Amino acid sequence: MALSGIEIYKLLPGGLKPPHPKANCKECGFPTCLAFAMKLAAKQAELASCQYVSEEAQEKLAAAAAPPIRLIKVSSNGHEVAAGNETVMYRHEKTFFHPAGVFVRINDSDGLDAIRELVSTADEYKVNYVGMDLAVDGFAIKSTGDAATFSAGVEAVRGATKRPLILISADAAVMEAGLKAAGDSKSLICGASPENWEAMAALAKSHKAPLTVGGSTLDEMAELTDKIKAAGVEDMVLNPVVTTLPEALGVWTQLRRLALRKTFRPLGYPIIAFPSQFSADSQIAAVQAIAKYAGFIVLDRFNPADLYPLLVFRQNIYTDPQKPIQVSPGLYEINNPGPDSPVMVTTNFSITYFSVSNEVEGSGRKGWLLVADAEGMSVLTAWAAGKFDAERIAKTVKSTGIESKVNHRRLTIPGHVAVLSGELEDELPGWEIKVGPREAVNLPQYLKLME
Amino acid sequence: MPVEIPKEKWTGKVRLVTLGATAAEGGTRTRRVTVGGGTTLPFLFFEGDMPHKPVIGIEIRDRKPDDWSPLLGLAWGEAMNDPGDWAKAAEQAGADAIVLAFNLADADGKAPTAAHAKATVRKVLQATGLPVIVNGPGQADLDNELLVAAAEEGAGERLVLGLCEDRNYRTIVAAALGHGHLVQARTAMDVNLAKQLNILITDMQLPLDRVLMDPTTGALGYGIEYGYSVMERLRIAALQGDSMTQCPMIVTPGEEAWKAKESKVGEGVPKAWGDWQERAINWELVTASSLVESGADIVVLRHPESVKRVHAMIDAMMAG
Repeated sequence: MALSGIEIYKLLPGGLKPPHPKANCKECGFPTCLAFAMKLAAKQAELASCQYVSEEAQEKLAAAAAPPIRLIKVSSNGHEVAAGNETVMYRHEKTFFHPAGVFVRINDSDGLDAIRELVSTADEYKVNYVGMDLAVDGFAIKSTGDAATFSAGVEAVRGATKRPLILISADAAVMEAGLKAAGDSKSLICGASPENWEAMAALAKSHKAPLTVGGSTLDEMAELTDKIKAAGVEDMVLNPVVTTLPEALGVWTQLRRLALRKTFRPLGYPIIAFPSQFSADSQIAAVQAIAKYAGFIVLDRFNPADLYPLLVFRQNIYTDPQKPIQVSPGLYEINNPGPDSPVMVTTNFSITYFSVSNEVEGSGRKGWLLVADAEGMSVLTAWAAGKFDAERIAKTVKSTGIESKVNHRRLTIPGHVAVLSGELEDELPGWEIKVGPREAVNLPQYLKLME
Repeated sequence: MPVEIPKEKWTGKVRLVTLGATAAEGGTRTRRVTVGGGTTLPFLFFEGDMPHKPVIGIEIRDRKPDDWSPLLGLAWGEAMNDPGDWAKAAEQAGADAIVLAFNLADADGKAPTAAHAKATVRKVLQATGLPVIVNGPGQADLDNELLVAAAEEGAGERLVLGLCEDRNYRTIVAAALGHGHLVQARTAMDVNLAKQLNILITDMQLPLDRVLMDPTTGALGYGIEYGYSVMERLRIAALQGDSMTQCPMIVTPGEEAWKAKESKVGEGVPKAWGDWQERAINWELVTASSLVESGADIVVLRHPESVKRVHAMIDAMMAG
């Protein structure tokens, strides 16, 4: 839990009893130690500005300033997946920061050629969503028990992808072989249990790799993280045993609350989820894991029809609610339009813009797309809020210079705002207002009919 | 190390709302559906109750729609040509309630009439014993005409009339009051707008246990995060004791998801989108299941496969 200004003051030279000789020395740039403490509490000053704080006080202050959910990174070859450092239970309170890493699981017994083929395909997978390329974050390799098989499996995966890895085995000797095969990447070791934790912690320490900590109750996990921390491992990921959807939801919610509301350090780590372990419908389970606090998600199979909706869902949930994703208002040219190409108008909400521009682009037809400044709202929402009215549309037409680029005066507006036609004709003398389809998906057909 | 589990001490609870009236209550339904009653966020059984499970409405139309995805045509087949057959098929597919929605135009492009609305409502009521939700085509004037007719025809059945919005709530609420129905109060993804509409409805003396809030949702990829968060906020407000947000919530993930190109179109799309049928059902499923987790009490769906999977999810949750 963050310390108050007064609590911090008691650790500074001026707040000690008796005061330190350098009490209120002003070297930090503030008139008194109390003033400095207040600035520290408000995160407007750095403790390093004070030369005279004891080591013990420094440790206390650093511990209190640590985030309630530790940031854990796995990485390799320039790819990195980070989880943790979250600050809220609900995205509307601020935002969720670190999108859950999505990993595809391979069994080391699947056969080396099959492993290479699957991993290469999944590694190359990317799908465009509103201008962003979404992809798989990494791979998890599960041991069937034999060190040589695991080592060969990890090597095969490593040869087919540069992305981070999660290594799964309960046997420390097998894990060690896997870590060796994974090379110098920072893989997630999965993982420690009450039975094997000492050997696993030793491996995590020597490889400087994060370690998952399993347990069937919160008590058990908290006890284990404490022991592992004492053994010198700081980077951990919680792997609670969950067998049903509601149990997973309950346990993950409790973990997040303990970390955020109670600053309960022993459970202040991100969570790893294995959707197929707690639901026969792993798609629904993965959706729950994304929305309800998982930091790493391990999928049992690679299937684009499952993966694309999941990656989009993750993108949506992790969008900052305070900043709707927008594109710049203005004139957009699609497929090199000419003076007789149609002119269309829409809003600058990026999902709206991409839906419209993708359709026109995909239709192969040329067009001028005017994007009005509707403060990042979709057509209907903006219209209801008065941010996409005749005046704003007219302003967009006039300010973009479209009138000098085309030899006609026909403007297509979205079907949802057909009601604006009359008013727009008043605002834009000489222009003919055409009502387009309500949904972008029907634009190609509309453009075809227009020709 | 004993860990003390932090529990929320909510003071409010979601109102109970019952759809459909059996003979004993003056209707002809053979089944009623009660939703609401939750005392914590969905499925958090370690700190509260959820006495009634979320339920599924299946959307049917007064006639086969021209613009639905061909995948839905494949799923429902011939049943789509008759609203009575369609209602029966929906019941068999696992609907807890039937959502009868009117198209904007009939096969000849003419607006549907009050007489048509009455005949269709009658047909659906005769075909199924489930509670029925009636939706207009979404144009205020036409909605008023059709919903008033539907309200008269289904008098005493505890239908749900929608959409009841700020521009037409007077007519819809009056029809609900006059004939013993409920309303589906639709607002545009905003907590305050939802509260405001409930205040207006209450001012007309319709009790809040006859109101379902419809805060609007977007589909996966098309603004679901707005609907998702507004529902979380509304439910938290309800649990904190804000009486105007304590109505159960109904949302339409089926309609939204099946508008998306990902569901509608099978050809000329990126290979990375995967198999069309699987993807399309996933689009509806991901939209619906996430909304069930953010507080939906009724989700309205379109494809029988998604219905089956969301049912399985809800059953697993309630076994919690």
